[in-house]
Amino acid sequence: MSQALYQDRIVALAKAKLGAGKLANPTAIGERDNPLCGDRVRMEIALGPDGRIAELAHKVRGCALCEASASALSARAVGRDAAGIATLRAEMDGVITGTSDGEGDFAAFAPLRDHKSRRDCVTLPFEALRAALAG
Amino acid sequence: MSFDVAALRGQFPILGTLVHGLPLHYLDNGASAQTPRAVIDAVVSYETTARANAHRGVHALAEAATDLYEGARADVAAFLGGVPVEEIVFTGGCTAAINLVAHGLGASLKAGDEIVVSELEHHSNIVPWHMLAERAGATLRWLPVTDDGRIDVTALGTMVSARTRVIALAHVSNVTGAVLDVAAVVAAAKAVGAKVLLDGAQRAPHGPLDVAALGVDFYVLAGHKAYGPNGIGILWGRATELDRLPPFMGGGSMIGRVEKGRITYAPSPRRFEAGTPPIGPAVGLGAACRWMSGLDWDAIHDHEMGLVQRLLDGLPDIPGCRLVGPAGLQGRFPVVSLTLDSVHPHDTAQILDSFGVAVRAGHHCAQPLMDRFDIAGTTRISLAPYNDSGDIDAALLGLREAVRRFA
Repeated sequence: MSQALYQDRIVALAKAKLGAGKLANPTAIGERDNPLCGDRVRMEIALGPDGRIAELAHKVRGCALCEASASALSARAVGRDAAGIATLRAEMDGVITGTSDGEGDFAAFAPLRDHKSRRDCVTLPFEALRAALAG
Repeated sequence: MSFDVAALRGQFPILGTLVHGLPLHYLDNGASAQTPRAVIDAVVSYETTARANAHRGVHALAEAATDLYEGARADVAAFLGGVPVEEIVFTGGCTAAINLVAHGLGASLKAGDEIVVSELEHHSNIVPWHMLAERAGATLRWLPVTDDGRIDVTALGTMVSARTRVIALAHVSNVTGAVLDVAAVVAAAKAVGAKVLLDGAQRAPHGPLDVAALGVDFYVLAGHKAYGPNGIGILWGRATELDRLPPFMGGGSMIGRVEKGRITYAPSPRRFEAGTPPIGPAVGLGAACRWMSGLDWDAIHDHEMGLVQRLLDGLPDIPGCRLVGPAGLQGRFPVVSLTLDSVHPHDTAQILDSFGVAVRAGHHCAQPLMDRFDIAGTTRISLAPYNDSGDIDAALLGLREAVRRFA
C-alpha cells in the first residue's frame, strides 16, 4: 500500500521542494499547524495590484506528502487570486477523496483516497495559503 | 514460573490478525496495548451475566455488578502493592486522574506557588497543571532533560524550593523509555513538603508495583495501556491525601446527603466517582491486573530487554538512524524512539505499516520534548510481553525500506 502512496512522482515532488524558501518582501504570511502530528507550513506571498499571487515561498516542517503537496501547489498558485486557489483546493479535495482525477501533479495524490488519516498532510499547505490570502 | 512467549501470544486473539495480508507485528503498545482473552472474557461475563448498575439496586444482578466492580478495585489494589481499596479511585483514564488531582490540589494553591513538571512529560501531565497555574497564579517549573532522554534530577536542587507545592512527573517516559529516579524526587519533595504525583501510564504495563513504597502521594495509570479496556484509569492516592481533596465532579453516588441548602460528600473513593461508573471497563481492568499479577515478570523483563537489545543492535545498520533516548538497557523500559535523517516519522510509520508493523510516529503528545531535541517527531517502537524477535526483525526490515525509498 505504501508503495502506491509513495510513488515516484510523490517522492520527486517532495524532494524538489518547489517554491521552498522565503520572500524578500512578502505582503502576507499564513502559517498552519497540524496539532495531531506537529507538522507546520508557513506560506509567504506577494500579491499584485490585481489581487493575484505574484510570488510565493513556503517553509514546510512535515512529511513527504506535505512536502509534495506544497510543491504541487506552488507550481500552480502563482497568477491566481483567492478564488483561484479555492478552485485548486477543491480539485485536490476531489483527488484525495476519489471524486475526481485532478490535473498534472495533483493526480499523483490519488492514493490518498485509501489513506484518510493522511489527507490532512496534503491539505495543510492549502490551509496555510488560504490563511495568507485571508490576511 | 517460566516464560513462553508463544504461549503468551496465544492468549491474545488479535495477534492472529493479518494486516495487508501479512502477520501483524504490533509495536504500538505505548499507545494502546492489546487485550488477553482473560480480560475479554471478564468483560463479556459481566455484560452477559451481571449487567446492572452498581451500588444502587437490591436485585440479584445489581448485587453481582457491585461485587464485580468492587472486586476489580481489590484486584487493582493488589496489583499496586496491596494498598487499601479505599485508596483506589476508578477514573475515565490517566488524563482524568491527573485532572482530578490538579483540580483538587488547586483549591489550596495560591499566587506565587510553584508546580514542577519536566520537559519530557506527556501533554496529559502538562496541560492540567498549566491550567491550574493560570487559575491560581502559580508558576510551572520545568525540570530539564538530559541528552539521553532522562529527567535531569540533578536540577531538583534548583527547581524545587519552599514555594513548590506539587511535583508531577512521568515514572517512565512515553518517548524515550527512561525510568525516573523516584527516590531523588521524593527526597527533594519531602524536604519542602511538596506532593508528588507519578504518571505511571508507561510503567504499569510492565509488572506489578508497590506504589506506597515509592514514597509518592499519587500514582495514575491507564487501563488501555495495561491490557485492559478503554475508558478506564486509576488514581491511587494515600488515604491522608485523598481525604484532603475536594470532589472533582458532582453527581450521584459521590454524596453523603443532599438537602436543598446543604450537601455532604462521601468518603474516598466514592467522593471521586460521580455518576454511574464504567463498570464493564473496571471489571476488565481488574481482570488485567489479575492477569498481570500471575506472570513471571523477572522472566518477562529479561525477554523485553532482550528484544530492546536486538533492536538497538540493528539500528546502526540503518543509514541516518538516530536514537532518541538511552543508548543501553540500564534505567529504561522497552520504549524506543528513533529518527531517520532522510525520512519524516509519519512516512516511516506508513512504510512500516506496509510490512504489517504497527508503530506510533509524531510528537507523542510530548511537544516540549520535541522542542528540547529540535525535532518534529520520532518513530516509536514500544514493546509488550507478547512481542517476539520476529516483530523486531520486521521493524528493522521496514526501517531499511523507508531509508531506501527516500534515499
